[in-house]
Amino acid sequence: MTDITVKVNGRDVSAAVEDRTLLVDFLRESLKLTGTHIGCDTSQCGACVVHVDGVAVKSCTMLAVQAAGAEVVTIEGLSKDGELHPMQQAFHENHGLQCGFCTPGMIMTAIDMVRRLGGNLDEATIRHELEGNICRCTGYHNIVRSIEAGAAAMGR
Amino acid sequence: MYETHYHRPKSLAEAAEIFSGAADARYISGGQTLLPTMKQRLAAPSDLIDLSKLAELRGVTVAGDTVTIGAATTHAEVAASADLKKAIPGLATLAGTIGDPAVRHRGTIGGSLANNDPAADYPAAVLALDATIHTNRRAIAAKDFSTGLFSTVLEDGEIVTKVTFPVPAKSAYDKFRNPASRYAMAGAFVAVMKDGSVRVGVTGAGSRGVFRATGFEQALQARLAPEALDVPAIDPAGMLSDIHGSAAYRANLVRVTAKRAVAALR
Repeated sequence: MTDITVKVNGRDVSAAVEDRTLLVDFLRESLKLTGTHIGCDTSQCGACVVHVDGVAVKSCTMLAVQAAGAEVVTIEGLSKDGELHPMQQAFHENHGLQCGFCTPGMIMTAIDMVRRLGGNLDEATIRHELEGNICRCTGYHNIVRSIEAGAAAMGR
Repeated sequence: MYETHYHRPKSLAEAAEIFSGAADARYISGGQTLLPTMKQRLAAPSDLIDLSKLAELRGVTVAGDTVTIGAATTHAEVAASADLKKAIPGLATLAGTIGDPAVRHRGTIGGSLANNDPAADYPAAVLALDATIHTNRRAIAAKDFSTGLFSTVLEDGEIVTKVTFPVPAKSAYDKFRNPASRYAMAGAFVAVMKDGSVRVGVTGAGSRGVFRATGFEQALQARLAPEALDVPAIDPAGMLSDIHGSAAYRANLVRVTAKRAVAALR
């Protein structure tokens, strides 16, 4: 076991974890932040994407101990004062989900996309950038529309 | 995943010391291959030694005719380096095609080279550009580094610290991805060096891992154009053959990706 301190959604959290504990299991089981999902568990699907020190990573492919001292933001950390993040709002308005399982990862990836590429994203770029996020409902059309709208809203 | 013990050394020397004192240690950098392998219980190291936080292993620098990339530099950092885009555009392009955006934020050049997956992208560039792989013990020429699928000349406990590349006149990379796994079924890195020589490194296709397509190099030396590659230079006998593609299919993909790379040279 190792004692770690991680800043999760703006709050310092300390815990003792087994060294083999994955970051996603630490978030879900220890911190009860179950908005981050485990889809494939093999680094393919992106349902577990969170931000670590400001960049999108697959939390099923990182150990919790590797995040010691880092800042982690999950889907639960996006809304401010009861207001949805512009990207969340865009998914809501554009019906960017069917079953909703992939949605947290899609939104975390989308926000990272805007950080890297700016708010003016075309459809081809968005589709290419979603290479690491899989929607098994295959509801990509509205996801792409949501990201286009959310990116524009973040740029404003 | 089986139980393991995680270490975060503060220096290369400390990392090597922990390694030699452990029963069955593995270095971990981005962990984008090692962690999935451990989750499948195909690897069960007693100790994990994290190199990714060592500042001396990070960063891209261009000085004169040499590009130096620290071993723990992520694919995203390599792809985004403005200096590298100018010096070796093909290498920046290559880094931006590895995995997906989240994987590129973790995976590193040193980890990729040490793992030497036959479908990894970096080995093609390292071989084509005649790079040098530096470790905590020695400097290794790219042509001597790979010894086959998932194997290299790296010794037990040896740490890749940086890779140095000579700046070529022109470079480009193209790959054909497996539609499901997205790994390269063939990937060709083409470099026109400053002395005028043309070098072609091929990954994903060879049955003994990365190789130089010397027949293509000769053809391009005579005429630097995609059509110059319409020669029977790739022997299917040396290609991988599996459910994803036959040897003949892969030999053709090598030609297709090399042609596309030649067309993209800049």
